[in-house]
Amino acid sequence: MASASYVETQSRPAAFWGLLVLGGLFMLAAFAAFLHFEHSGHVVTGMDNQIVWGMPHVFAVFLIVAASGVLNVASIGSVFGKPAYKARAPLSGLLALAMMAGGLAVLAADLGRPDRLIVAMTHFNFKSIFALNMMFYSGFFVIVAAYLVTMMDRSLNPYSKVLGFLAFFWRLALTTATGSIFGFLIARNAYGSALLAPMFIIYSFAYGLAAFLIVQGSMYAWNNLKLDERILARMKNLLAVFVGAALYFTVVMHLTGLYFAKQEAYERFLLLDGGMYTAAFWLGQIVLGGIIPLVLIFAPGATQARVIAASVLVVLGGLAQMFVTIVGGQAYPLELFPGYAVSSTFQDGVVNSYAPVLGEFALGFGGIALAFLVTVVAVRVLHFLPQDDFAKLNAED
Amino acid sequence: MSENKSRRGFIAASTAALAGLTLAPGIRLVEIASAKPDNEPVTSKVRWGMLIDTSRCQSGCTDCVTACGKENGLGEVKKPRTDAQWIRKIDLKELKSGHALSLPMMCQHCAHPPCVDVCPTGASFKRADGIVLVDRHICIGCRYCMMACPYKVRSFVHEPHTDQNPEVPRGQGCVEGCTLCVHRVDRGGTPACVEACAAAGHNAMLFGDLNDPESAIAKRIREVKTTQVRADLKLDLGVRYEGI
Repeated sequence: MASASYVETQSRPAAFWGLLVLGGLFMLAAFAAFLHFEHSGHVVTGMDNQIVWGMPHVFAVFLIVAASGVLNVASIGSVFGKPAYKARAPLSGLLALAMMAGGLAVLAADLGRPDRLIVAMTHFNFKSIFALNMMFYSGFFVIVAAYLVTMMDRSLNPYSKVLGFLAFFWRLALTTATGSIFGFLIARNAYGSALLAPMFIIYSFAYGLAAFLIVQGSMYAWNNLKLDERILARMKNLLAVFVGAALYFTVVMHLTGLYFAKQEAYERFLLLDGGMYTAAFWLGQIVLGGIIPLVLIFAPGATQARVIAASVLVVLGGLAQMFVTIVGGQAYPLELFPGYAVSSTFQDGVVNSYAPVLGEFALGFGGIALAFLVTVVAVRVLHFLPQDDFAKLNAED
Repeated sequence: MSENKSRRGFIAASTAALAGLTLAPGIRLVEIASAKPDNEPVTSKVRWGMLIDTSRCQSGCTDCVTACGKENGLGEVKKPRTDAQWIRKIDLKELKSGHALSLPMMCQHCAHPPCVDVCPTGASFKRADGIVLVDRHICIGCRYCMMACPYKVRSFVHEPHTDQNPEVPRGQGCVEGCTLCVHRVDRGGTPACVEACAAAGHNAMLFGDLNDPESAIAKRIREVKTTQVRADLKLDLGVRYEGI
C-alpha cells in the first residue's frame, strides 16, 4: 500500500513541472516587486508614514500564524496519540516549515534595509518581542526539522514523541509571541490586549488546519485517492471547533471594547463606519471566514469538496482578519488630545487611507508561492502522503 | 634631559593653543565652555527637555518646522504622506468650548520610550541624557517603532535622498525622528526649532536641563501647570506643554 502510493506521487511529470513553473512565476513576480521596492524605496508602495505595515505584513503574519497552526495536526498525533493524525504528522511538519519560510521571506523582503538581515540576527534587544519572535522562528525551523527527521527515519522514531512535545510547546510560545507583537503595543486602540496572544493561537489552529485540509485534499485528488469518511468527519469537525473558537474570541474582544468608554469610538469605526475595514471585518472575517465555513461543514452530507471549500474560505477569512487587525488598527487615528478636533500636515485626526499597489500583493503571493514550491518538491521526492493504519483506526472506533 | 622635556612640553602646548585659536576662529568661547568634550560620555546627570507654551505658539506659524527641515536636511514637505516630518504643527480645537490652539509635536523623548522597548536590534535607543535616537547603522527598517510610538513622531525614509547635512546622516529604508538637534546640543547649542521660535519673537519653546533645578525650564515647570501628552501612559516625557 505504502509503496503503491509512493509510486503514485511520482506520476504525471508534465503536471508536476507545470506546478513548478506556476509557483516559479509567482516567485519571479515577487522578486521583481522586491527589487523595485528596494531600489526606489517604499514610496512606490501604498504604505506611508501612517500605514507603515501593509499588504506584505498581512500575508507574512498570516503565513507565520498558519505555519504554527498547521503543526497542530502533528501535535494531535504525537502529543495526544491519535492515529489518524499521526499518519498526517510528517505532512503537517513539512507544511509548517514551508509556510514559515514563506512568511519570513515576505517579512524580510518588506524591510527597509533587507541587506541588514544579518544585523537582525546578530543584534538582539531582549526586551523586544520582535527579537524574541526571531529566536522563536529560528528555533521553530530547527525543532520541526529534527521532529520531521525522527518521524521519517525509522531508527530515530523513538525520539519523535519527545520532539513532538517540544515542537508543540515551542509553537504555542511562538504564536503567543506573534500575537504579542500587537498585544504589547500601548499606543493604538486596536492593540495592547493580552487577549491577542491566545486569540492568535486560536486563529492559528483554524488557519493551519484549513491550509492542511486544502493541501491534503489536493494530494488525494492528484493521486485519485479518496479520504476515509471517518477521518474526513473528524477533521472537519475539528476545523469547525477552531473556527467557532476563533469567532468566540473575536466577539469577546469587541464586546470588551464596546464596554470601555475610551474604546467606543474605535469599535464604532471598525464595526460600523470604517468603510473597507468594516467590510473586511463583517464580510471577510466573520461571514466568509466564519459563518459560511460552519454552514458548509455542518450542513448534512458534507463531502471532501465541501470541506475543502470551507477551508479555502477560512484561509480567505484569515487574510481578511489580518488586514483588519494590521491595517485597520493603523488606519484609526491616534488620539493624542481627547476632547479636541485636530489637524496637521501629518494626517492627525483623520482615518488613514491605504491603497496597496500590485507589487505588495505580488510580494505576499510570493510567500505563498515559496511555501507551495517547497511543498510540491518535498511531496514529490519524499514520502509525505498520509498512510492510514486502518487496523488502528478501527480499533479506536 | 628633564630640561629638554619641559621645553618640548612648552613648545607643544603653545603650538596647540595657537592652532586652536587660528584653526577654529568660528567657535565661540561660551560654546566651548558649556560643550561636552567629545571624549566624555553623556551623563544621566543631565535630562534634556523642552517646554512648549501653547499660548505663545502662533497658529499658521511654521518657523520651527522650516528650521528643522533646514537643519536636518529634510527639506520642505512636498509629499505629506511619505516625506519625513520630524516636527509638525497641530491645530487643535476643543470640541465643547471651541477654544483653539496650535502646537508643535515632535519626539517627546520619553524616559520609558516604547520605540526603544520594541526595537528588535536595539537601533532605537535612549542616551543617558534622555535623548531618544535611532542608530542608523543597525536600523533594519522594520517600522515596529512606528507602530509603537503613541505620538507618531517617527518617519520612515521612503526614497533616496541627496543634499544631506553631513552632521545628520540619513538613509533610505531607515526610521528617523527628532534628535533634539543632538549635534548642536553636544556643542552646547539649542535645537534649531527653539532658535527659530525665539528668532520669530514667539519664544514658545524653552529648551534646557530638566535635572538642573536652576535651569529656566526646571524653574518654569515648578511654577506653572504643565501637561505631558497622553500622561495616562506614564512614559515620563522630556517634552511638556503649557496651556492645554
